[in-house]
Amino acid sequence: MATVGKNGIKIAVVGGGLAGLAAAMKIAEAGHSVDLFSVVPVKRSHSVCAQGGINGAVNTKGEGDSTAEHFDDTVYGGDFLANQPPAKAMCEMAPAIIYLFDRMGVPFSRTKEGLLDFRRFGGTKHHRTAFAGASTGQQLLYALDEQVRRHEAGGKVQKYEGWEMMSLVLDDHQVCRGLVAMDLKTLEMKAFKADAVIMATGGPGLIFGKSTNSMVCTGSAVSACYQQGARYANGEFIQVHPTSIPGEDKLRLMSESARGEGGRVWVPRAKGDTRAPASIPERERWYFLEEKYPAYGNLVPRDIATREIFQVCLDKMGIGGDNQVYLDLTHIPAETLDRKLGAILEIYEMFVGDDPRHVPMRIFPGVHYSMGGLWVDFEQRTNIPGLLAAGECDYSIHGANRLGANSLVSCVFGGFVAAPAAIEFAKNVERNGADSSALYEQELKLQEENNQRLIKQSGNENQYKLHEEMGKWMTDNVTVVRYNDKLKETDNKLLELIDRYDRISINDSNLWATMALPHARHLWNMLQLARVITLGALNRNESRGAHYKPDFPDRDDENFLKTTIAEYSGEGPVISYEAVDSSLIKPRKRDYSKGKQDTAKAAAGAKGSTLPPKDGAPQVLSQDTEQKPKDLSGPAVWNQNKEEVRDVNHGEAETRREQGKSIEDAGGKSDKV
Amino acid sequence: MSAQPHTHATPNRTQAATVEIRIRRRENTDAAQYWETFEIPYRPNLNIISCLMEIQKNPVTKDGKQTTPPVWNMNCLEQVCGICTMVINGRVRQSCSALVDQLDQPITLEPMSKFPNVRDLIVDRSQMFDHLKRVHAWIEIDGTHDQGPGPRMDQEDVAERYAYSRCMTCGCCLEACPQYDGDNYIGPQAIAQVRLFNMHPTGKMTRDERLEGIMGDDGITNCGNAQNCVRVCPMSIPLTKAIYEENRETIIHGLFGWLKR
Repeated sequence: MATVGKNGIKIAVVGGGLAGLAAAMKIAEAGHSVDLFSVVPVKRSHSVCAQGGINGAVNTKGEGDSTAEHFDDTVYGGDFLANQPPAKAMCEMAPAIIYLFDRMGVPFSRTKEGLLDFRRFGGTKHHRTAFAGASTGQQLLYALDEQVRRHEAGGKVQKYEGWEMMSLVLDDHQVCRGLVAMDLKTLEMKAFKADAVIMATGGPGLIFGKSTNSMVCTGSAVSACYQQGARYANGEFIQVHPTSIPGEDKLRLMSESARGEGGRVWVPRAKGDTRAPASIPERERWYFLEEKYPAYGNLVPRDIATREIFQVCLDKMGIGGDNQVYLDLTHIPAETLDRKLGAILEIYEMFVGDDPRHVPMRIFPGVHYSMGGLWVDFEQRTNIPGLLAAGECDYSIHGANRLGANSLVSCVFGGFVAAPAAIEFAKNVERNGADSSALYEQELKLQEENNQRLIKQSGNENQYKLHEEMGKWMTDNVTVVRYNDKLKETDNKLLELIDRYDRISINDSNLWATMALPHARHLWNMLQLARVITLGALNRNESRGAHYKPDFPDRDDENFLKTTIAEYSGEGPVISYEAVDSSLIKPRKRDYSKGKQDTAKAAAGAKGSTLPPKDGAPQVLSQDTEQKPKDLSGPAVWNQNKEEVRDVNHGEAETRREQGKSIEDAGGKSDKV
Repeated sequence: MSAQPHTHATPNRTQAATVEIRIRRRENTDAAQYWETFEIPYRPNLNIISCLMEIQKNPVTKDGKQTTPPVWNMNCLEQVCGICTMVINGRVRQSCSALVDQLDQPITLEPMSKFPNVRDLIVDRSQMFDHLKRVHAWIEIDGTHDQGPGPRMDQEDVAERYAYSRCMTCGCCLEACPQYDGDNYIGPQAIAQVRLFNMHPTGKMTRDERLEGIMGDDGITNCGNAQNCVRVCPMSIPLTKAIYEENRETIIHGLFGWLKR
């Protein structure tokens, strides 16, 4: 373990992506010790996959950009579901974050004058995105990896790479005192003491089977926290990118610029037509986006494109009846394509083997990002004292939808806020009696028993097939288009999978460095989190940001301008709602068909409008809005709808039990043969 | 639509209905290696990772023998994290970007040979990260508080640094290097990182520390100029250029460095 620093403070950071490394760096710099846990060497974390860039209103292009504009874009893009104070704080910190990375040596692209260059991204009219080639996430992660290595060499950071967090160690008062982790090589488990724990474990994309996420993005550790009492917020908000490249192993992003340069989306008009695309004549092709949206054609906004492609495939109109449609560039001369889209066409070629200059690409929407995550207050503290969260695994900042290039900045911001908050907690926490080893031994024993049970358990279920089933149900019913009956069926399916989980057998008799046992542990945790996502979606009867229900097509601020909170009970998630802090910008209709100024004007007429002042001037909070307490005990409004919703869930569970645990009986589909 | 000829993923080769894969296995660090052959149904667009996933679901050899599932490392599957590196048909590369349609069968999978073999296709590359510590592969910033932007830089210099900065520590260069064998030579990746940081205006201020990191008995002079590293690098990093430049720097430092003391 790392040598304990001044005041004897040691903080455990779980996850070595941007958020985790940002926090680790800040803690070590403050002279305290860090135990850093990561299932992969931290340099191989999922943050490397981010390509586009990092947002910060530096206004190098003289466009009048400001942090206030960035803040407004972020809140508007998130359909007003985000608590506004932390989003504002992030946007204000963003330029300094970019400058810091610049000082740490990130090879950001430059202007002729040698200054940082910025590009435009979705959801804004300003050049606000700093970028390093087409691999900004990789470059930012490496910069933090290097700084943390420097602290590692200085003895302040102890890395546990190849260790996976299994659970938290909580004392009798539900205060977090450390964690239990497993060495993925030896399967040895160990309890680690910590004065505070920061979760920075990224998103849960693997719950949907295949996604654009890396293979470590199971959400497993976060789910473990949730099952130990941490609140999970806005789980139902899952961003789906319209164009990804379906692979046998994962979905890879295909940039929107392919459509920007004239790419056409189509499927054969005849269901199940398996002819090669070139031999399908023009009149037998269905350019469904161009047909349905003559004004915008293939360049409809991202969410609409996603929904339409998804619906076509759900209706079995995808190529060969599969989940794929053509994104066709073959009508554009190859030399034009090379000049404008060279790099992204190479990605397609590398992973698919087809040349998109001559063969239409096959694409499908892909689960990309979770706006939801562990509930945190404005200092990244969860409801469990001593447990904090930062990055994609927390729910703050993005509301109902994340803007492009806001993820990298939110990760670093989260880490930078969590670090001092964790130190503050560690300085003040009462340690009386909590150091007793009994606490740690007890949790360690529990986790060892869990492993032993799985190892000994036998049955005819295959854990990988269970994972596939979960992924298929979640992708079909809990992503782009959501219907309440389908959501109910999905929850029943998840309950069935949870039942069947007891009959999986670990198919590896060699436990040394096995993948089977860790996967089984992930699977359990994923199933629990899948229910949170599904029931959150079921209960939210409106459409907002990434959450779309055709039966409730409008945003309903009166009933649902609220954060969904899920709490674990033995029966599953209990859903309640918490008010959103909209004290700085009054919610207005989100409408990208018009310029933002028009919709802003409309909203400005309303009473108490607090549109941000321009040019980064200090913002004055309006008098008539209640401020959220910083206190961890949480605001009083938290419980207001709890009982009501609990009954809804309870009802569902009862119904199913009465029907004898058979999904077919309950009217659901089953993949059982 | 132009009159393009009918093109398909595998225009040149008739595909077998199955894919045959031979895996060099090992139960644990101390056990002996052995081979096992697997056969899975062919589908278009399979990569090596998908094949391994298929085998993992139902680990039965081609002869019908139930066995333990082979293990391997994987993460991003976009050839940017470096973790899934292995030797495929004799060539070191990432398994996520190795497509079955472009490989001769039977396909052989082996763990990298220059690193401790944990089990099956998993190796321990922590020595590479230790090398990064030795060459001080970071910029010595004064602190993370806001100090405004970093130094101005020419886009041309940035472009050269970007090329070195793409190194994902995958180990292909070390696997292919005839000189590299554990602890006798620090190898191309660390040398290229010295180049990356010594090119930076702030990094230059501590350049000597990095040069000294590659000047010991296992230092840069062990390069035998085989140039394999640059051929296998998946990120096309100009490794031989870095070695050339830094070799010159170390010679100058060796000759005149004492004057600075």
